[in-house]
Amino acid sequence: MISILKSLWIVFTHLFKKKITVEYPDEKIILPPRYRGRIILSRDPDGGERCVACYLCAAACPVDCISLQATEDEYGRRYPEFFRINFSRCIYCGFCEDACPTYAIQLIPDVEMSEYNRNNMVYEKEDLLISGQGKYHGYNYYKVAGTAIGGKGKGEAMNEEKPTDFKTLLP
Amino acid sequence: MEANLHWIWIVLGVLIVVLSLAAGLIWYERRLLGWVQERQGPNRVGPLGLMQPLADVIKIFFKEDWIPPFTSRLIFVIAPMITMFTILMSFSVIPFGPTIVVADLNVGLLFFLAMSSLGAYSIVLAGWSSNNKYSLLGAMRGASQMITYEVFMGLSLMGVVMLANSFNLREIVEAQKGLWNVIPQFAGFVVFFIAGIAETHRLPFDIPEAEGELVAGYHSEYSGMKFGMFFVGEYLGIVLISSMITTLFFGGWLGPSFLPGVVWFFIKTMGFITIFILLRGSQPRPRYDQLLGYGWKVLLPIALLNILITGAIVLVIGN
Repeated sequence: MISILKSLWIVFTHLFKKKITVEYPDEKIILPPRYRGRIILSRDPDGGERCVACYLCAAACPVDCISLQATEDEYGRRYPEFFRINFSRCIYCGFCEDACPTYAIQLIPDVEMSEYNRNNMVYEKEDLLISGQGKYHGYNYYKVAGTAIGGKGKGEAMNEEKPTDFKTLLP
Repeated sequence: MEANLHWIWIVLGVLIVVLSLAAGLIWYERRLLGWVQERQGPNRVGPLGLMQPLADVIKIFFKEDWIPPFTSRLIFVIAPMITMFTILMSFSVIPFGPTIVVADLNVGLLFFLAMSSLGAYSIVLAGWSSNNKYSLLGAMRGASQMITYEVFMGLSLMGVVMLANSFNLREIVEAQKGLWNVIPQFAGFVVFFIAGIAETHRLPFDIPEAEGELVAGYHSEYSGMKFGMFFVGEYLGIVLISSMITTLFFGGWLGPSFLPGVVWFFIKTMGFITIFILLRGSQPRPRYDQLLGYGWKVLLPIALLNILITGAIVLVIGN
């Protein structure tokens, strides 16, 4: 009997406690910076696309929501001709971000992507590309990679020595 | 003619106020339960979510009126009406104010007990006509629970009757002018309160519709407005038991004269409704045999002792 009255009293005092509900549409929550939300494609510091269309993200994707087509520009630089993510399939696992060798594909803390029409959930490259560098500032894939590309010869990359003339190594 | 019009106004007023109060309790209960669980409760429809009952009622009216083909049609349709009917009939004897009473019966208390006993039929018939084992189990539990608790619900009120020397609810209230019945009749109050919870099959005594065990108990097969009638019937039951407690033990409309009697009645009733909802928020559901055993072994002796002692005291003082 006493315990029933005591629990009634405890429940009554809880009427006036602060509510823990976050009233979401009126009151936005700040998601942690590493939250896995909407997927974006970032650019390098020079403004070029980071994506080299290697298909690793599409291969890593467990739900096959990424599709792209590789092509090359006149300097031999690879880039995606189209890059399409079907967000009605995406499970926001972040495997594409893990797989990406150039930090191009990134998940950002944005979850407000509801649509009335299912077809609007399919994002094309122009929807995915942002003008900034995303989470990894100052990283430029072609500036650190050893491969020769238009505008950058062998040995001109960052932290790379000039190619050795192998004939000087002969005994 | 003039007098007839007066009665029509009182009947309509009681009907409308009681029904809209029962509908409003949907919002009140959900909001209060939300608060005790440190949530917000419904707060989106209208200011403070006050339009939530309206939205629920509109929604439930537009639902398909579906009668499953395996049921006994006629009884299936009648059962929810019995709930509404018996509980609304009980409201006719309650004095909301010195003059606001629909039927000033000289056996008002017996009428209330009779009507609440008839309410057991709606559960039994609903569960039986549903032709569903869970519904039948719920109905059996409901029947035995209501029969058990009816016994000492009536017995617990006999002390009040002895003190007031009347079965008329208005006279019972007027007999409490000096001292509310809750003090001399505290045991009767406790027994009546517990029996009232069991009678309205509210949590923690919602054994006929225990959703963890019996889907939804006796109204598993009901949908649309027929389910709505059971639902409103349950809330009406809360209002009824709360106003009976107010009338019998807490002096009905009596109170300091700066507020009219009806307002005092309303305030006291809302207080008991709140306690009903807080009980739902705090107590776990007892086992079925625990409930019946508690009734027969604890509450019945208390009620009988209460009658014995009250009767002895009234006899001694009366002589």
